[in-house]
Amino acid sequence: MTLMAYAHAVNLSLMDALRADDRVIVLGEDVAEAGGSFKVTRGLLESYGATRVIDTPISEATIVSAAVGAAMSGLRPVVEIMFMDFITLAMDALVNQAAKARFMFGGKTSVPMVVRTPHGGGLSAGPQHSQCLEAWFAHVPGLKVVCPSTPQDAYSLLRSAIDDPDPVIFVEHKGLYGLRGDVDSSVKVPIGHAAVVRQGRALTLVSYGATVAVCLSAAKQLAEKNGIDAEVIDLRTLQPWDKATVLASVRKTHRVAIVHEAVQAFGVGAEIAACIAEDAFDELDAPVMRVGAPFMPVPFSRSLEKQYAVDETKVVAAMHRLLL
Amino acid sequence: MSDIESPLSLIEFKELHETMLLIRSVESTLVKVFANGEVPGFIHLSIGQEAVAAGVGCAISPGDTLATTHRGHGHVLAMGLDLEGFFKEIYGRNGGVCRGRGGSMHVSDMSLGIIGANGIVGAGIPIALGSSLSFRTRGTGGVSVALFGDGAMAEGVLHESMNFAKLLKLPLLLVCENNGWSEFSPTDRQFSGSLAGMSAAFNIPHECVDGNDVEAVWHACKGALKELRGGHGPRILECMTHRVRGHFEGDAQKYRQKTEQSLLEAADPIIRSEYRLKELGCTEDELHRMKIHSEERVAAALLEARRDAEPDFAQAFHDVHTPVPGGTL
Repeated sequence: MTLMAYAHAVNLSLMDALRADDRVIVLGEDVAEAGGSFKVTRGLLESYGATRVIDTPISEATIVSAAVGAAMSGLRPVVEIMFMDFITLAMDALVNQAAKARFMFGGKTSVPMVVRTPHGGGLSAGPQHSQCLEAWFAHVPGLKVVCPSTPQDAYSLLRSAIDDPDPVIFVEHKGLYGLRGDVDSSVKVPIGHAAVVRQGRALTLVSYGATVAVCLSAAKQLAEKNGIDAEVIDLRTLQPWDKATVLASVRKTHRVAIVHEAVQAFGVGAEIAACIAEDAFDELDAPVMRVGAPFMPVPFSRSLEKQYAVDETKVVAAMHRLLL
Repeated sequence: MSDIESPLSLIEFKELHETMLLIRSVESTLVKVFANGEVPGFIHLSIGQEAVAAGVGCAISPGDTLATTHRGHGHVLAMGLDLEGFFKEIYGRNGGVCRGRGGSMHVSDMSLGIIGANGIVGAGIPIALGSSLSFRTRGTGGVSVALFGDGAMAEGVLHESMNFAKLLKLPLLLVCENNGWSEFSPTDRQFSGSLAGMSAAFNIPHECVDGNDVEAVWHACKGALKELRGGHGPRILECMTHRVRGHFEGDAQKYRQKTEQSLLEAADPIIRSEYRLKELGCTEDELHRMKIHSEERVAAALLEARRDAEPDFAQAFHDVHTPVPGGTL
């Protein structure tokens, strides 16, 4: 068990994966010599050399497509897309190629690849460097989507993603890279398993990524001020999401809000709310709520972005409404 | 580049010719059964382009890979794809090589090194690049071939891939099957440059051959593959050919001149190949028997496809993800 930052946990996971399996390669823009835009891949080139840690040109479509071809031809590529916003340039590779190859070619191939990419705002990075686009990928049959919120999950889920036989979108958060926590490299976290990170009976908050911490703070605030005891679930994987854990909590608390940094409309929260309505309608004592970003591109100005962001105040307000 | 060290033997030439005959017979049969309404979806045929498929497909070695396009029937048949599995796939049947989930645009067999037939123009190019990256990383000595049409010259991934492959000196052969048409438009109204010009810009060796001369395509491809195995980086082979049918079956082709038809017949790669084989000593009778043999094989495969069962819907779910032992899904 070692205390380390989230970014370091991702780095250690890559190091360990490269050591464990010589089919693993890391490729992307400035991942080798420069160690990555956020320094997450620092030291990999020095340890594993230029045939396995590969600097590519700024050609997102070709980088991700190359990973598809490499994965079909015996490697386990891990691609870095510097900002999740840039993944738009690689949509054909992910949606039409990686996701469909196994199905479309009659089950004769798998595409074991990972695309690591940081999403999220809070850095005044503006409309094209702050988006949370994970719901798009959760909508595509054939892709898996993972979004860890702690250094331990970042380490363990990345190992699971690299070991997975299918394409995985591994969503990190720029604002979490400095978050410190204990990491035990022997801990395994399988894809598809949520974690109940706070036990409670009054209501359930379902979240993932950076807003898990926001939910925990909101839950603490309500417990201290009002004696309200909220349960918090960290989904960790968005596709396939852990429906059983969420429904079990709904059956316990009967009130639920889904909280995420991404735009609320047509988002992960919408899917989860719909499933709860379909499968556990009779358990509900209040309408399912969603807390997400407004239907607006992520603004640049500090004051605008602050108003745009999902924060503790917005989550607390939702909790009060659930308990009305 | 001609590989003068290993001239084409008569046996090899016959293999190329038989491959072309098979492709022609398959595609001509598909014209008829598509018109009958037997084939679901839409199909893009390669009649007139058989020499490129045969020349490239037969030059590739086991351990190499090839990515093809929506007009890829000839390419995959030249790579040895099972004829029955082919027809069953085109018919969307259970025994199809892709279990009826891909159809004409995706008919492909990974076990033969075919890393996909692609419905997205140009998309196979960077996938082949990734395959060549794998060969280089693993030191297998394999090469990857990306086949694409001239319509793909306007796609960004071709430009990106030329740059990427050259920078990393990857064993990637880019084969452009230049039939002069980008879907429904002449390519000179779609692309302002030329492949030769692009090749010069990226400093990648480029060779242009008569794509209706199967011997020329085979020689050029063999030579290029040999160079690629030497580790000197990517190469481009441009094969000038003609698309006899429309963009897809049912295309009325009002955009084409009637006078083009006589040109297409004169350029027919199979007629030219027969002429050469006769020069090399093949008899009319032998050539006739080769043709009949292809037609019989195709007729038998078609019969099996018509008789095959529909695929099972529940089973299709099994391949959305790879089954994982003790899986979490």
